[in-house]
Amino acid sequence: MSHAQLSPAIYGILAEFDSSTDLVYATKAAYAAGYRKMDAYSPFPIEEASEALGFHKSRVPLIVLLGGLLGGFSGFGLQYWINVISYPLNIGGKPYDSWPAFIVPTFEMTILFAGLSGVFGMFALNGLPMPHHPLFNVDRFSAVTRDKFFLCVEAADPKFDLVDTQRFMESLKPLSISEVPH
Amino acid sequence: MQQGPEENTVLMDVPWPEEPPVLGPGQTFGSMTDTIADAVLTRPIGLGWLVGLAIGMGLVAILMAAVTYLFLIGVGIWGINIPVGWGFAIINFVWWIGIGHAGTLISAILLLLKQTWRNSINRFAEAMTLFAVACAGMFPLLHMGRPWLAYWMFPYPSSMGVWPQFRSPLVWDVFAVSTYATISAVFWYVGLVPDFATMREKASHPLTKKVYGMLGLGWRGSARHWKRYEALYILLAGIATPLVLSVHTVVSFDFAISIVPGWHTTIFPPYFVAGAIYSGFAMVLVLAIPIRHFYHLESMITMRHLQNAAKIMLATGLIVGYGYLFEAFMAFYSGSTYERFMMQNRWFGPYAVFYWSLILFNLVIPQVLWAPKIRANTRWLFLISLVILVGMWLERFIIIVTSLSRDFLPSSWGHYVATRWDYAIFFGTIGFFAAAMFIFIRIMPSISIFEMRQLLPESEVKAK
Repeated sequence: MSHAQLSPAIYGILAEFDSSTDLVYATKAAYAAGYRKMDAYSPFPIEEASEALGFHKSRVPLIVLLGGLLGGFSGFGLQYWINVISYPLNIGGKPYDSWPAFIVPTFEMTILFAGLSGVFGMFALNGLPMPHHPLFNVDRFSAVTRDKFFLCVEAADPKFDLVDTQRFMESLKPLSISEVPH
Repeated sequence: MQQGPEENTVLMDVPWPEEPPVLGPGQTFGSMTDTIADAVLTRPIGLGWLVGLAIGMGLVAILMAAVTYLFLIGVGIWGINIPVGWGFAIINFVWWIGIGHAGTLISAILLLLKQTWRNSINRFAEAMTLFAVACAGMFPLLHMGRPWLAYWMFPYPSSMGVWPQFRSPLVWDVFAVSTYATISAVFWYVGLVPDFATMREKASHPLTKKVYGMLGLGWRGSARHWKRYEALYILLAGIATPLVLSVHTVVSFDFAISIVPGWHTTIFPPYFVAGAIYSGFAMVLVLAIPIRHFYHLESMITMRHLQNAAKIMLATGLIVGYGYLFEAFMAFYSGSTYERFMMQNRWFGPYAVFYWSLILFNLVIPQVLWAPKIRANTRWLFLISLVILVGMWLERFIIIVTSLSRDFLPSSWGHYVATRWDYAIFFGTIGFFAAAMFIFIRIMPSISIFEMRQLLPESEVKAK
């Protein structure tokens, strides 16, 4: 620990891999070695990578469900309030509370709220938009949007040690290792 | 596609022996990224593109002029009259919104069904949806007569103290179409974010880098982000699927809820949805065939895609044909004089030539798609798709005009003829659609890069 405090503060140590398989095995090894504050980076979604990080469940489905319920109830409530309480009109002798006629806008509002809350929820949970990030200080990291795979163990991890962690990362046989400056 | 022995092999796409592959040989993560991104970033602006854009923009100019004149004079410049109050505006609305449906079908329904071949055509099909919905949305607004009061359709607390009337399918339409436009736009944008990040890294000009960087929101491919992203993507597909089916259903309610002969029928929702997918896939082929040719994307949009689209057209075309058959059957089976007359009027009345051309275009000619040789020929596919697009437009024309022009009382019959302003606005929206597509393929990756990477066998995590 003392070593990490003496050296200039860094964000973490970044290892580069050539394939999704190497990345997932490296992530598993790092997790087994006790590292928790780390993340795997890839050009496309890899289900096994988030599993290896111990990140099994996202809260996105719950947000979508709650958004959908909110949209559905407020959609129906809006129509009920308008056509029954605030502005009742006799249309062809139909009852004011013609609930079957309200189903279509209720359904559309459910979908609209579910979709929008899901999108905003996903970006909010991911902390995006975030145009600047320490990882972007490493030139090689730009290949993450192309064909390379990265594992970053962050300095904030309690087990992090500049020398030990670097040695551990080298044992994973990556293509390259870089320190990530802040 | 054939199902392999394990669940995994569905994803890996095992084609039938004689089927062309979904992805051409020799591709890597890097080569795919370059092919798609370079079509935007490094490819010089070609003469063909400029001419295409100029034609589109020229039609947009005509649209602007026609709309200006419309606002000055009013909807009287159109051919609409009493009894035919809907005319081109609603024909074009229904036609355009139907075209949009194939985009959502490809991006959402085929995603849920794990049809990985969709990965190379979903991006521009979604763009097609957006632009088609934009064209569709113009027509009801212009048809209102006073489009600057369009916001009256939304429930908002106004000083007049009045509210929309929710028993009307026209109000349902407002909700269905605006939700559809919004969800299609966010679905498209969410799909683009990781690709914008790729464009950010690949762009060389600082300003281009900045713009793509902003659009990419700082995406860095974190596994945690991907996990949430995938969860959302599949959920959006899950909610977009009933949504897309509901939109054309609600559009068909505009007709089916009324009592006009030829409209008041329960077959309308499925018949409209099938027709929407039919015309939508025709538009997908009309766009995909030139794009893959001029941008040399034959190894990503392969014959497999075109053939699958042709098969879907064949299937939905038969459903539409079933709709025509049952419309006729029910007209006579119902015993209603008015329904029976409506059918005879379609067959032998003043618009009979449109009816029989629609049968020829939608039902007879597309049957050549049964021949594998025709499905393997891009020229034939392109031509047949154009024929289907015209046929589907004629179908909307027949439904709206024949029923309205001769309904219950012969004393109130009329005749509808479109004016030059009707045509100007219709072709203007085609120009708008074309111009938007031309601009789109120049500034955004027209194939989803990150989803294409997943098609490579190297993307799979193997046991060590």
